[in-house]
Amino acid sequence: MVRLNINGKSIDVDVEADTPLLWVIRENVGLTGTKYGCGIAQCGACTVHINGVATRSCGMQVSEAVGKQITTIEGLAKNGAQHSVQKAWIENDVPQCGYCQSGMIMAAAALLKEKPKPTDADIDAAITNICRCGTFQQVREAIHMAAKSA
Amino acid sequence: MNFIPKMNRRSFIVGTAAAGGGLAIGFDLPLGGPQVIRAADDSPELTAWIVIRPDDTVVIRMARSEMGQGTITGLAQLVAEELECNWSKVTTEYPTPGQSVARKRAWGDFSTGGSRGIRMSHEYVRKAGATARTMLVQAAANQWKVQPAECVAANSVITHTGSGRKVTYGKIAEAAAKLDPPKDVTLKDPKDWKIAGKRLKRLDTAAKTNGKMIYGADFKMPGMLNAAIKQCPVFGGKLASFDEAKISGMKGVKRVVKVGDNAVAVVADTWWHAKSALDKLPITWDEGPNAKVQQAAVNARLKAGFDAEQAFVGNKNGDAKAALAGATKKVEASYAYPWLNHAAMEPLNATALYTPDKCEVWCGTQNGEAAFAATLAASGLPANNCDVHKLMLGGGFGRRGAFHDYVTQAVLIAKQMPGTPVKLLWSREEDMQHGAYHPITQCKLTGGLDADGNLVALHARISGQSILTSVRPEALVNGMDPATFQGFAATGEAAIGYSVPNLLVEHAMYNPHVPPGFWRGVNVNQNAIYLECFMDELAFEAKQDPLEFRRKLMSKHPKHLGVLNAVAEKAGWGKPAPQGIFRGIAQHMGYGSYVAAVAEISVIDGNKIKIHRIIGATDPGFAVNPAQIERQIAGSFVYGLSALFHGECTVKDGRIVQDNFDSYNSMRISEMPKVEAIVMPTGGTPWGGVGEPTICVAAPAVLNAYFAATGKRVRSVPLKNEKIYFA
Repeated sequence: MVRLNINGKSIDVDVEADTPLLWVIRENVGLTGTKYGCGIAQCGACTVHINGVATRSCGMQVSEAVGKQITTIEGLAKNGAQHSVQKAWIENDVPQCGYCQSGMIMAAAALLKEKPKPTDADIDAAITNICRCGTFQQVREAIHMAAKSA
Repeated sequence: MNFIPKMNRRSFIVGTAAAGGGLAIGFDLPLGGPQVIRAADDSPELTAWIVIRPDDTVVIRMARSEMGQGTITGLAQLVAEELECNWSKVTTEYPTPGQSVARKRAWGDFSTGGSRGIRMSHEYVRKAGATARTMLVQAAANQWKVQPAECVAANSVITHTGSGRKVTYGKIAEAAAKLDPPKDVTLKDPKDWKIAGKRLKRLDTAAKTNGKMIYGADFKMPGMLNAAIKQCPVFGGKLASFDEAKISGMKGVKRVVKVGDNAVAVVADTWWHAKSALDKLPITWDEGPNAKVQQAAVNARLKAGFDAEQAFVGNKNGDAKAALAGATKKVEASYAYPWLNHAAMEPLNATALYTPDKCEVWCGTQNGEAAFAATLAASGLPANNCDVHKLMLGGGFGRRGAFHDYVTQAVLIAKQMPGTPVKLLWSREEDMQHGAYHPITQCKLTGGLDADGNLVALHARISGQSILTSVRPEALVNGMDPATFQGFAATGEAAIGYSVPNLLVEHAMYNPHVPPGFWRGVNVNQNAIYLECFMDELAFEAKQDPLEFRRKLMSKHPKHLGVLNAVAEKAGWGKPAPQGIFRGIAQHMGYGSYVAAVAEISVIDGNKIKIHRIIGATDPGFAVNPAQIERQIAGSFVYGLSALFHGECTVKDGRIVQDNFDSYNSMRISEMPKVEAIVMPTGGTPWGGVGEPTICVAAPAVLNAYFAATGKRVRSVPLKNEKIYFA
């Protein structure tokens, strides 16, 4: 049994300590907005925030997340108000298939927290998620838009 | 297949291929009738496509699948345009293939590939909208005892112009649903469009930004178990044995089951438990003779095809061989394009629930009817006892269209556990190594120039794999695969844009054991590189500007020329590029659309390419949503350039070597050029597609720019093998 803090709530889950955090979030906690894409921390579809830092949850054992603040896409909006990144994503019609977008949004939100006015170079360095539909042009525009709105 | 519904005389017949492996059924447009058909919430239908609720909500039903390309939004725009409804009240839903079959295929073709979603259904969905609007107006006129011509429908409200009386669609829908539908309706002239043709937002965005969208991989049911699968790593091999006892005590493991003749699955409480146990399961494969196949041998066979005596002729005029023999200058080059995996972000998956008298499947699919056919075949149950519920696709790109191996497997597993829903999810490794790969081909091109540098002859000999031979043999023409010649054809939806006095395009077919499939763009990907890079070579040898060289051959191809001129003009072709920037140009045609691109690149240290900008143009005839078309242009460039720089699946000992994104890389945002899209519809019929056509011009434009920058021709994909990378 491990105790996790996910989206501000304390949750006890009965899992082996070496289970990847991704699968605990998806299968034991039941939050499926965080996606499985590769399982080897390459694609970023599983990106969540651990104490505010964008982290690929497929490569992190659940035991490492104990005692830390875990935020998933479902917890990004606060008190029912969309995060500026979510608003910019909707305004820019960013997602195509959308499968990678939870991770993309979480990576973008973490970037803006660290660098409220990121340059294109900052975006290039921080957003390394794979999107096979190819939404990158809209992603870049939406990050700049979110930066302006904040 | 044990299900062949009764044919209707008025229906047109959809071949087994189009319906996806066995369903040959008619298509009867049910535009309504005196019997009111009701949705589950009791709201009436006005045609099979439209349900209007008392609160004025308009539910538009579509058979095609949304996988990111925006087709559902576009189709809804077309319906709403003719319906004259309030766009903000529009919502969409999928009919199931089971419902469709039970209603004589009411919603038409479910297949969503070949960029067909809108171009092959725009007419009947617009007719549905116009029919429903006519019925609503008639019902209002009846109520007011006036002529329908005195009434105007707009924004979901009908107004009697004389008296100013008004009624909303929600209020009059019940009466309208009882009327006979009009026998014929007139569709609007697209120049009068107010909803279609506009840059409207997609209907499915919000749920894709907050984790609420349910993809196949996210689907849950009470009591559901999870399955992980391993298939014989060598295509054509079989499962010999496995030692279940070694893992049966592992946590969460419920069952270990054979799946078909080539796979084994572990079923557990969670997928992580299933996968962890499967990784420890001792498995013996009967790999069969294909285990001896190596990539070098495949490549050698492809090269041998250049000189093979037998080849199919896909396009021919004049006498190319004689003209080449007499040409002042002969230019020759050979190109190669590899196998590629679709690598949709969401690995393949399906959930099945089987009981002895019913089988249901929940999955993402590009073709609900093909998934349905797979469900019937695997369950052995009749159509009335089966159904497929479509969920959002985390990408399709062709992998979830013609191939429903994942559905078959889910049903075969569920069949061994009646009453228990089972979700089968492939690992990324399975997805990479059991694909339906972009076909592998090479092409040798020979061109002849006269003394003035005019192209007098062109001979293209394609050597390699045919998709249709493997996937739809019934579509072959005397053994020839016409799709192999996409972009080289004399006429049709993928016609060559050049008039060459002596032309010969051939295909020497060679089908290795790696299964080929339709991969976004299909055969335009390599054919555009072959033709457009070679045109660049010919222009250079003729000492002519690549654009001017092409233009001279295009006077009889005004639409090809139109997009080419558009990108050239926007790029400022002919004027000097900024210091250190080099340009390349390409044009092509596919899926009824004319496409062209200019790439602007710089090259660092001779081998690091920075793509600064790509101008891409498309003429799809009509543009239902220009904003979404722009996104498809940019997105298709990412898919095509990922293949150009990073792609390639290779074979070793009969199996695919690449197994995840570390060995099969994909473009990132830092590598993304600025894409300037030109959407320039010029009308005409049939309409062109949008999801695929532009994919093919990015790569040749970049390769031609690389030559302009370095003087080096790269004739083999991917560039990483030439030690050329993104800067």
